[in-house]
Amino acid sequence: MTLFIEQCLNGLQFGLLLFLLAAGLTLVFGIMDLVNLAHGSLYMLGAYFAATFAAWTGSFVLGAVLAILATLLVGMALEVIAMRRLYGRDHLDHVLGTFGLILFFDELVRLIWGPGGLSLPVPPWLDRSIEILPGIQYSAYRFAIIVVTLAVAAFLYVLVMRTRVGMLIRAGASNREMVGALGVNIKLLYTLVFGLGAALAGLAGMIQAPILTVQIGMGENILILAFVITVIGGIGSIRGAFVAALLVGFIDTLGRAFFPQILVELLGRQAGSTAAPALSSMMIYILMAVILVVKPQGLFAANSR
Amino acid sequence: MSEPMLKVEGLAKRFGGIVATDNLSLDVAPGELHAIIGPNGAGKTTLIAQLSGQLRADFGRIRFAGDDITALPPHKRSLLGLARSFQITSLFLDLSVLDNVALAVQAHAGHSFRFWRNARKDEALRAPARAALERAGLAGRADGPAASLSHGEHRQLELAMALAGEPRMLLLDEPMAGLGPEESARMVSMLRALKGELTILLVEHDMEAVFALADRITVLVYGRVIASGTPDDIRADAKVREAYLGESDKEGAHV
Amino acid sequence: MKPALTFRHLVIAALLVGLTLLPLYVALTGDRFMLTLFTRIVILAMAAVSLNLILGYGGMMSFGHAAYLGLGGYTTAILSFEGVHGGFVQWPAALAVSALFALVVGALSLRTRGVYFIMITLAFAQMAYYLASGMARYGGDDGLSLETRSTFGDLMDLSNKTTFYYVCLVLLFASILLVWRLTNSRFGMVLQGVRSNETRMSAIGYPAFRYRLTGFVIAGTLCGLAGALIANHTDFVSPSMMFWTRSGDLIVMVVLGGMGTLFGPVFGALALLFLEQFLPHFISFVVRPINPAGAAKAGEYWQLVLGPLLLVIVLFARGGIDGLLAMLSDKLGRKVRP
Repeated sequence: MTLFIEQCLNGLQFGLLLFLLAAGLTLVFGIMDLVNLAHGSLYMLGAYFAATFAAWTGSFVLGAVLAILATLLVGMALEVIAMRRLYGRDHLDHVLGTFGLILFFDELVRLIWGPGGLSLPVPPWLDRSIEILPGIQYSAYRFAIIVVTLAVAAFLYVLVMRTRVGMLIRAGASNREMVGALGVNIKLLYTLVFGLGAALAGLAGMIQAPILTVQIGMGENILILAFVITVIGGIGSIRGAFVAALLVGFIDTLGRAFFPQILVELLGRQAGSTAAPALSSMMIYILMAVILVVKPQGLFAANSR
Repeated sequence: MSEPMLKVEGLAKRFGGIVATDNLSLDVAPGELHAIIGPNGAGKTTLIAQLSGQLRADFGRIRFAGDDITALPPHKRSLLGLARSFQITSLFLDLSVLDNVALAVQAHAGHSFRFWRNARKDEALRAPARAALERAGLAGRADGPAASLSHGEHRQLELAMALAGEPRMLLLDEPMAGLGPEESARMVSMLRALKGELTILLVEHDMEAVFALADRITVLVYGRVIASGTPDDIRADAKVREAYLGESDKEGAHV
Repeated sequence: MKPALTFRHLVIAALLVGLTLLPLYVALTGDRFMLTLFTRIVILAMAAVSLNLILGYGGMMSFGHAAYLGLGGYTTAILSFEGVHGGFVQWPAALAVSALFALVVGALSLRTRGVYFIMITLAFAQMAYYLASGMARYGGDDGLSLETRSTFGDLMDLSNKTTFYYVCLVLLFASILLVWRLTNSRFGMVLQGVRSNETRMSAIGYPAFRYRLTGFVIAGTLCGLAGALIANHTDFVSPSMMFWTRSGDLIVMVVLGGMGTLFGPVFGALALLFLEQFLPHFISFVVRPINPAGAAKAGEYWQLVLGPLLLVIVLFARGGIDGLLAMLSDKLGRKVRP
């Protein structure tokens, strides 16, 4: 039971982390109609920045803040230099162009930080267990992740649903001519939205840095998960991304934790333990296929385009 | 009167709270040119979409040449001989003009799971395609890419493609839209030549053309038929005058 | 009328002759490496030709085409592992497995459009990737080595590198011929019509889905054959050959060479693998006068150049290499005939 609750919390934590990535993707998708494969590169940069800045400043928090700011700046620069030129072109161009950017960023990171990878230690004040429920211990760092990501999700909700900027974002998603006609500087809006997405990706990378090794190509696996989430949730829908991210986080985490046992029970030890690793990795993709067969526009189709 | 070519009974379609088609019934006799007019938002395009199968009606039945086609997808309706042209030009712009029409011919020449013989040299497709281009007045432009045609020529190509399948009935969705006076006149004379040969349902804003061509006219307002009859009946109909004159719509001036 | 023989035709002819005569060059110079490189180019060109059928002619933006390379490869390797070495069993099995996978993936994913289609094809390829990683008996993540290449009795010996090269080349030419006939057939006209305007195609009487699915399956099957070849070429298969970035490479080849053109994918495969092979040397060469010590090291970072190069190609040279050749032909043609 304890294990189950712990795995549920892990699932929640992973789901919320995925939401940070998926939110940026789906915003950029929904508003600029841009497929950005290089989103995973921004995640990777966030992790590298965090590890570097934390080592320089000697402070985890300061390092994290600087890392997010740095990714924001890189994102905005990227938008101005490259992404802007891809708007209005077809998805094939986006895929190819941003695929090229992945190669570029991977190589750039190798040039700057070397091929070895970095590590970012968990700060001492978070490197312990806390009792979150009577009798249930949980990693303080992971718990902090849950708190921070929930706060970010709430911030995003308020930003998109309750503010003037959010109104422009939502209007931009449905009618870019109208926003332009209102006299809003649409170029600037797009740069800011892309920067926001980049900062979220950077935050996700920074958060993962103490859990995983910081290495080249770390963005490529998780990017696909984030894409799966945006597609399941319905492209352009922040709410959809949130629901789908939690769904994927839970299924992936719980699947890996308990599915092998279930399979062994069902199929017997031999067959069960052979099939389990492949099946539990595939589960999310199967989920996505099923959802798209039933709802080809995802769960919360924002606006059909 | 003989069995109608097209018989629509109690057709209805809603989009959320908006009623696009409201218990609409309509008969089109074989060989007739039947025009549908009505102010903007009257549901003319929605009607065409339901007749051609792009949209599924919520209620009602559509019979075409004696067959119930209410549940058929667009391609099956087309194969039965119900061809449509599009209001917004919808062509294969990256293919040649002749290829566009040849594709329409091919659609009616059995299945296309033929993988080896060169279709671009297949006279069984090319000859009827050239004939249809001839009828639509585009014989000279066959080899250029469709993207290079003028707007008026695009409308003619639309017509050629609709004709290529040897249809029994044409659904024409605003064939005159966006044409200059000279191009409009050419289109009217082409339609007049087709009249009698084919049953035609014409949705059109150009009232001059409608009254010149139509055997019968049906007037739609908010998805409902408010009048149906010969051009003279319609001209004299009080409800029609009210619907058109009530709105200070630009079309009203023509009635 | 276009002139009968353009510059573009000459380049294509030179390419075909060059590919055919390559073993002669290798025999004369003893440069065995070139034979290995070109065998790889020819096989990947075949995969790109198959992708071009659906991407270039059919407008289906499949982002999971490397899955078929992997499936074809794995089918061959697994049969070999289980003691079946005969090519007449292995290769048809590779085709059948790829065809079946394409049928299932296509039937499900062709119901979606746009980004959804891109992502669902990618998701299925990732499933194949994880399936291969999970097969402990067949090496899991580490992959599986082939004991011997596919055997064809006395007919041919694939362990002879020159023979194998020619087998691959003949199959590449056969694929190009197939795609050429297909795209000009009635089926191909429908495929291109659907690419251009699907709504219109159903309005004039085509059940578009069936034709798209058929194209999807043909492309997958053809790529499965390329997979069987690549397993034989490297004597090894691993899940990484199905990773999504490999599918990206195939798309790059098609677009780099020229989408929807017959020989574009061949140019694209040639260009990408040449860049991969020689861009490092080229960068070292350029850097050497500036910084002799760092020249060799600079060459390692060739992707720093390749990445933005892709972006530039996307932005400014959509026709790819074939488009460039056609443009040059036009200019040259105009000069020759006033």
